[in-house]
Amino acid sequence: MARAPKLPAPPVPSALKAPPPRPGSPDIKTRPIDHAREGGSSVVGWVDERTSLSGAARWTMFRKVPRGTNWFYTLGSATMFAFLSQAVTGVFLAMFYKPDPSGGAYESIRHVTNEVFLGQFVRGMHKWGSSVMVILVFLHMGRTFFFGAYKYPRELNWVIGVVLLILTMVMSFTGYLLPFDQRAYWATIVGVNINGTGPLIGPYLSDFLRGGPEFGATTLSRFYAIHMLLVPGLIAALIGAHLYLVAKLGTTAPPWLKAEKNPDLRKADA
Amino acid sequence: MSKHGQHSSPYTEDRNIPGAFEGETVTRRRFMTGTTHAAGVVAAASFALPALGFAIGPIFKEAPHTWEGVGPTDMFPDNDYVPTVITLTPGIGEAGKTTVYVRKRNPLLDTDPPDRTNQFIAISSRCAHLGCPVRWVDAAERFICPCHGGVYDLLGRRVGGPPVRPLDRFYTRVVGGEVQIGPRYSVNSELERFNPRDPGEPIDGIGQFAYPSRPSIQK
Repeated sequence: MARAPKLPAPPVPSALKAPPPRPGSPDIKTRPIDHAREGGSSVVGWVDERTSLSGAARWTMFRKVPRGTNWFYTLGSATMFAFLSQAVTGVFLAMFYKPDPSGGAYESIRHVTNEVFLGQFVRGMHKWGSSVMVILVFLHMGRTFFFGAYKYPRELNWVIGVVLLILTMVMSFTGYLLPFDQRAYWATIVGVNINGTGPLIGPYLSDFLRGGPEFGATTLSRFYAIHMLLVPGLIAALIGAHLYLVAKLGTTAPPWLKAEKNPDLRKADA
Repeated sequence: MSKHGQHSSPYTEDRNIPGAFEGETVTRRRFMTGTTHAAGVVAAASFALPALGFAIGPIFKEAPHTWEGVGPTDMFPDNDYVPTVITLTPGIGEAGKTTVYVRKRNPLLDTDPPDRTNQFIAISSRCAHLGCPVRWVDAAERFICPCHGGVYDLLGRRVGGPPVRPLDRFYTRVVGGEVQIGPRYSVNSELERFNPRDPGEPIDGIGQFAYPSRPSIQK
């Protein structure tokens, strides 16, 4: 293995530089600066000795990817970062939001948008980011479909992905109510009533969503709890399962790559 | 063939298990495993069942009957609607209110059998398609929904657009010269009364069975 070229030494004043070791002196580093230099790796080593996490990290990160891997393969990561952005901005929005249907909810959103420092920006990230996430989910799903990446042995990952898609839709639906303006209110009325059009179970489903027969005092807080506690936890857990299966099964080669005909090269590939 | 091989007797005593009692068939290890699993189920159920009941409880809660006055009897003509506002859900401000269109019963128009509860006709503004608020347009003599174009005639019967049944109505009564609005009921295309249904749920033919009225809104 060829050695990587040595990086040039940083321009440190000579007073701070370590003196070169004297010939014949034992190679023991006992000064505080030596311990400080080793600090990072000894902390990592301490944790790793007790958890064996480095194996898992290597297993997750240093994987073989097929020839022909291209930019389309980043759509899944992009979706995950969209979710992380939603999670972080959502946590900060929750610090200001009041799920109070008699005016407090609308007022708290107005306060965030108009008065809080960077409030409009963070709320804008959350609001527009939700659309970005939905778009990325569908692009990622399209990539998986058109590359045939849902086939054996990755069917379970497709199923998990579909559940994640549905949960993303639930997030969109429940989050839409929270600004509690006219659009949010009537869109939720219509959305809940669409749920009610399912035969037999539909009327009960819309009762469950509203927390009663009419849009009531608990509907907003119910949607808020679903939006910020129930579904994000499920999404995070399922993303974990999704990523585990990606690491375990590997990614697929793009469909335009033909199988290698030369048996010697095939063996080397495998 | 049992995995115990020659120890296939159901009695622990015959299987040479130390400390076995006469007639005992369940090993202590198996008993411990079962007990631990059962304890786990009990522990999980003790928080999961109440939480589940708490979450789905509202589905089975019966709605209270309320009557709300909307104005003196001479406020309502028998050939035009007067929009009135009633509170369906108290305590949440504007979000709990709804518009009801009220007029006096007109024997030339209203052919449903008269009784004490329909001397004044109270039409819900909740569209029977998906619940948007319809408005009465005087010039067209139609109720028109802004969302998806549902159109209803003077009696609330659908004349166009996607709605699946006529507009809902409310029971009305007169107490001390004041018109009061009571519980909601739905009507089919013949204007026959049914227990209230949510929007989007047809009640003609098989629809009345496919979309049952629930305890929470049964009247």
